[in-house]
Amino acid sequence: MENAFGQPQNVVVFGGSSDIARAITRKLCAARTSNVVLAGRNQKALNAAADEAKDYGATQVSTVIFDAEEPENAAKTVDAAFAAAGEPVDLVIIAVGLLGKQTEDEDDPEATLRMASVNYTWPVTALAQLRKLMVAQGHGRILLISSVAAIRVRRTMYNYGAAKAGLDRFAFGYSQGLEGTGVKIQILRPGYVRTKMIAGLKEAPFTTGPNEVADYVMRGIANDSTIIWSPPILRYVFFMLRHLPNSLWRAVMDRQ
Amino acid sequence: MTRELLYGWGLTAPGNCEIQTVHSEAQVIDQMNKVSRTIARGLGRSYGDPAQVSGGMVLNNRGLCEIGPISETGVVTVGAGASIDELLQISTPLGWFVPVTPGTRQVTIGGAIAADVHGKNHHVDGSFANHVLSMRLVTPAGAHTISPTKKAELFWGTVGAMGLTGVITEATIQMTPITTDSVLVDTDRYANLEAVMTAMLEGDDNYRYSVAWVDCMTKGKNMGRAILTRGDHASVDQVKNPTLIGPEPPKLNVPFMPPSGLLNRASVRLFNEAWFRYAPQHREKEVQSLSTFFHPLDGVSNWNRMYGKRGFLQYQFAVSDAHSDTVVNAIKRLSESGVASFLAVLKRFGAGNASPLSFPIPGWTLALDLPIGSSRLPNVLDELDDMVVAAGGRLYFAKDSRLSPEKAQVMYPRLKEFRALKDRIDPEHKLTSDLARRLRLVGE
Repeated sequence: MENAFGQPQNVVVFGGSSDIARAITRKLCAARTSNVVLAGRNQKALNAAADEAKDYGATQVSTVIFDAEEPENAAKTVDAAFAAAGEPVDLVIIAVGLLGKQTEDEDDPEATLRMASVNYTWPVTALAQLRKLMVAQGHGRILLISSVAAIRVRRTMYNYGAAKAGLDRFAFGYSQGLEGTGVKIQILRPGYVRTKMIAGLKEAPFTTGPNEVADYVMRGIANDSTIIWSPPILRYVFFMLRHLPNSLWRAVMDRQ
Repeated sequence: MTRELLYGWGLTAPGNCEIQTVHSEAQVIDQMNKVSRTIARGLGRSYGDPAQVSGGMVLNNRGLCEIGPISETGVVTVGAGASIDELLQISTPLGWFVPVTPGTRQVTIGGAIAADVHGKNHHVDGSFANHVLSMRLVTPAGAHTISPTKKAELFWGTVGAMGLTGVITEATIQMTPITTDSVLVDTDRYANLEAVMTAMLEGDDNYRYSVAWVDCMTKGKNMGRAILTRGDHASVDQVKNPTLIGPEPPKLNVPFMPPSGLLNRASVRLFNEAWFRYAPQHREKEVQSLSTFFHPLDGVSNWNRMYGKRGFLQYQFAVSDAHSDTVVNAIKRLSESGVASFLAVLKRFGAGNASPLSFPIPGWTLALDLPIGSSRLPNVLDELDDMVVAAGGRLYFAKDSRLSPEKAQVMYPRLKEFRALKDRIDPEHKLTSDLARRLRLVGE
């Protein structure tokens, strides 16, 4: 069960070996989390994340293999993860995403489909199944990792940004549909985070490490904020950026 | 039957539950046969999550509200869903007071037994269950009449067990005789914690009721400055116009939820300062009404909303006299951490009772209200837990909303004994709650 600070005991993480997910899982395990299910694509990476969760205090850790390029299997994956938890799940983290390489992917229908599947179709399909299971539980929390890229789509990563934008807006409607059920969804909008995903890209302003993101998440969970910005100042930065005239926006954002 | 989002008094960690008001023992038995997970709920005054079971069935006991006649010796049989307030409305004019009342009258008799509540008279009279002569309990195996002499193990196993042995449907209670509805109160102000604790150790035995309000936000030599109020029921010759009138309904209400953060360090400090200054240095034999003395917060309906949407929690622990330094260290830790805490309540506990899960142990208890919001708070309270564990003390299930299961096991060493009883009377663990699941009280 979750406590008064929103600290969960039983946690399921989709994309469990991602750097942000691992940083959050460490913090959760150091607090009250004892039972963790890590789902991901690569068993070896999951095992490493599982060992880390145990080091930080988890007593029961299991892993589930899935591929986010197959949204048709998303519901089955959710069921398998909940079965592995064995108890009502207090927190589900969806840390599934693929940045892609826009200039290489944009002439490639398959790559474009892959970007849409991983960043949008798999998450929303999983969310539908999660809704069913968690509303029946009568409690629970979902942390969906969106991105500041969802606020305004950029030339340099529009496959990623558009899919995240769709997911982010989906989550808003989803959130309203959960009122009164005891289940909530929180949308994490991080800026650039020093992770495997952005390795090789030039560092943008307000870049943080995964541990800082995890700190903002812990605070956001305790405060029940629907949107968690990381770092919080990006809320204001992107309020300005989204209202820039297009020419200015492109001048600022196309450079990277 | 409806589905509702249920919270504790602290308005944290809600759970969506089916809720059914029960009106008879037969209906409780019927419901218990039908469902797989259930727990009783009264007026929802526990701070955390003991009176909800997410995804399960909550049996609201407010339909079991009959209050029987009061015998010449002050014995009364009351439905478990009747509140202390409703009982006092009837009993006060007849010259009977409840043997034990917590800081609010808005608790049901069933809840009072399930939490084994204590009041300002614990050092003299013990906790609520000490005055329960017998009760009816519906378990999955059927209904039982239980008392300290009949099925004593189930009786004491039910006391303080937060509803996890079954649903209490009625209880027979020994009331306390009174001749007026007034209390004679002595008030003293102390500049620091040490002074008030010494005064309580030396003088509490001369009073039936005693409690101190402690300021946990002042540092340095005034750390833990306090106001001690102690009193006894007044007799007819001690007041000018003796009356016997039941408690008044609340005069004020908090009609909506203000934004969280209204009660912050600055505003709480200001309140504590005003409260302290307003109290007299020393005053004797002041005549106060029962409500003013026992239930000051009942004057404001829904006062818990003051903390806003994020809610709040109450931290209450008990330690023995040998570890009175834990009280000092806890207040020191809190005042240094700078978290906003309203005047804390400090009290002496007398002997505990035979229940394996009842909270009171002889010594000290400290309770304080804390708003959710400070990012330091979770860790500060985890540190306090460690201090309490090291002192062999414990936290109160009726107040808890954030303890870890590991520490709960250490704080209640007789939990094993309780689980053995639970496995016998409820092998399927039908009776469970979000609290029981969070603290793993009923085992795997």
